[in-house]
Amino acid sequence: MRNIALLFCGIFFALAFSYTGLLVTGHIQLGALEPSTETLVPSDEDPSVMVMPEGETLYPLIPSGLAEQGKKVYIEMGCIYCHSQQVRRQGFGADIDRGWGPRQTVARDYVRQDRVLLGTIRTGPDLAHLGGRYAGDSGRDWNHLHLYNPQIVSKGSTMPPFAFLYKTQEIINEPSARALDFPPDSEYGPEPGYEVVPTRRAEALVEYLLSLKIDYSLPEAPIPE
Amino acid sequence: MSNESQIVSPSTNPYSSEHASVRAELSEIDASIRTASVFFVVSAIGWLMIGTVFALMAAFKAHEPDFLGAYEFLTFGRVRSAHLNAMALGWGNNIIFAVGLWIMARLCRSPINHKGLLLIAGIFWNVGLTIGIFGILRGDITSVEWLEIPKYATPMLAVSYALISVWGVMAFRFRKGDHVYVSQWYILAALFWFPWLYIVAQAMIIWFPARGVVQSLTNWWFAHNVLGLWLTPMALATIYYLIPKVLGRPIYSYYLSVLGFWALAIFYNWAGVHHLIGGPIPVWLISAGVVASVMMVIPVIVVGLNHHMTVVGLHREVWRSPTLRFIVFGAISYTLVSLLGSAMALRSVNEVTHFTHFTVGHAHHGVYAFFTMVMFGGVYYMMPRLLKREWPSAGLIKIHFWGCAIGITIMVVALQTGGWIQGLQMNNAEIPFLETVQNTIPWLKARSVSGLFLTVGHIAFAVNVFWMLFAAGAVRAKKEPTLLTKEGGVA
Repeated sequence: MRNIALLFCGIFFALAFSYTGLLVTGHIQLGALEPSTETLVPSDEDPSVMVMPEGETLYPLIPSGLAEQGKKVYIEMGCIYCHSQQVRRQGFGADIDRGWGPRQTVARDYVRQDRVLLGTIRTGPDLAHLGGRYAGDSGRDWNHLHLYNPQIVSKGSTMPPFAFLYKTQEIINEPSARALDFPPDSEYGPEPGYEVVPTRRAEALVEYLLSLKIDYSLPEAPIPE
Repeated sequence: MSNESQIVSPSTNPYSSEHASVRAELSEIDASIRTASVFFVVSAIGWLMIGTVFALMAAFKAHEPDFLGAYEFLTFGRVRSAHLNAMALGWGNNIIFAVGLWIMARLCRSPINHKGLLLIAGIFWNVGLTIGIFGILRGDITSVEWLEIPKYATPMLAVSYALISVWGVMAFRFRKGDHVYVSQWYILAALFWFPWLYIVAQAMIIWFPARGVVQSLTNWWFAHNVLGLWLTPMALATIYYLIPKVLGRPIYSYYLSVLGFWALAIFYNWAGVHHLIGGPIPVWLISAGVVASVMMVIPVIVVGLNHHMTVVGLHREVWRSPTLRFIVFGAISYTLVSLLGSAMALRSVNEVTHFTHFTVGHAHHGVYAFFTMVMFGGVYYMMPRLLKREWPSAGLIKIHFWGCAIGITIMVVALQTGGWIQGLQMNNAEIPFLETVQNTIPWLKARSVSGLFLTVGHIAFAVNVFWMLFAAGAVRAKKEPTLLTKEGGVA
């Protein structure tokens, strides 16, 4: 090849083409996406225009401060390298049949996130709707035991233990209300007279996991009845 | 030319340039880049060994979750990411700087100037990377795939990369002769593409995060192109340079080279979106990625054909030359892994393979069986010319080849078979998830075994390189090329 100007233009435009096609247009299409109410209603002024009804909750919700701290722990631990956070549509994979979420996730589900953790591998299950699957106090307890050592509640799992997020301490007077509630005779429980309590990081992480919920509809992705 | 070197056939004799003046010029260029290239080779091997240790730890943890489980800094997510970055940016980039810049300088017939500065830029690259890997282990990992290195180390990497690439561009700027060879197109393009990808990805994901899944789009545009527009062109440039060089036979078709280059340049960079099939991304974007992935069949077939037709009939020479044994293994892997990759981008196939170990197998098929094997071949050709001495041991080269060839074959077969089964079972909600996890364990154990083979290969390689660097006496005086079979012999 002798025409260097042509060579260089080709090299430049080849990448410029996909940069424009994928990133710039992707940004134009999705860059201004905002949270929304679950459904839209016809506008008063022009019934052909759909608008958000006033006073209704906007989804996705703003996460709590503790959950945001927990997301940092999730990032630090590299959870994304085994867990995805996206639900594929019914009929493509078995995500919904496995109960990983009531509907597929869409771009709007992620608009409040400064770091999007879609993930590309499911060595472990998808976590997009983990907080819906393990809710409330029992969900919190389950997650703490599971993080401390997955074998306690999920025998045969290949997930590593995160016991370093917990501390074992001597019980002085009353046992702590936050202490992990091991099943009787669990080989992973502490010595008699001792208890295992979550550190602040473990509490934040579990709060984050419980906040992962696809329990709301969006105009473009309603939860099927 | 000494009498000893006339024993081997001219076609496999590495000193086979017909003209003394050509040899003298190449020798001068080699001397100008020697210090920098040897530095990059040694750094690359250092990272290869570090990356291997992390790889073994991560592989073992995948089926023995309690292994080193008490240490936060060695948790799976971090060790695995330390492995990836040590291999991609430590081994991959250093070996590209070593072999790629050397090929560029030779083809441009342009000796390297200011080599002290190049060395300093190289030191900065490695210091930046060391800080980055420590950052990953201490928990500053970003959890963005292929961009795990924390914010405080990446500017140093970007600046030192930009500096190093200047030498490639300058060699091209001051080239002699009219014709620009296909390897030069690939290297020039890759030197230009990589910083663009890296800086855009850093900006749109880490520094000024784009809205929602635009980050994911950027992430896979970047991550797939690290392979497609950085590692692949550099390895193809090396193949295009060394096959004719060792066999003393020109590339089969100039027009196929042109077609292969431009088809890769146009299609590969759209393909990355196939990592998001089924995800929360507009379908038209994913379709664009699927189409581009399938179109990649064109450059792959074209390049494969071009290489095959150049080699055809000289298989005995390929088997005898350490360089070509590795390079041809890599070239064949390129064809296989790329065709498989195009198939994996089809939605019906991706529905099964996505989210499984199949993808991990595919990644190693590309980065190891193709890129890394080609670069090993490049080192086997380059080092004797830089150091003006021969490889000390043909036996170690054979151990290196067989360790790597057997290891990577086991790994790819195990992860892809296991991954396919995993995908089928994951898509069947009747089978409890935990059961699908446990069914992957035998395949993950096979991967750990493959890692041991690769480790043996890497150690043999490292020993040979350092033996050569610090060679004395008989090894240093050795004149005839180190070949893997005797003239006319087999195996």
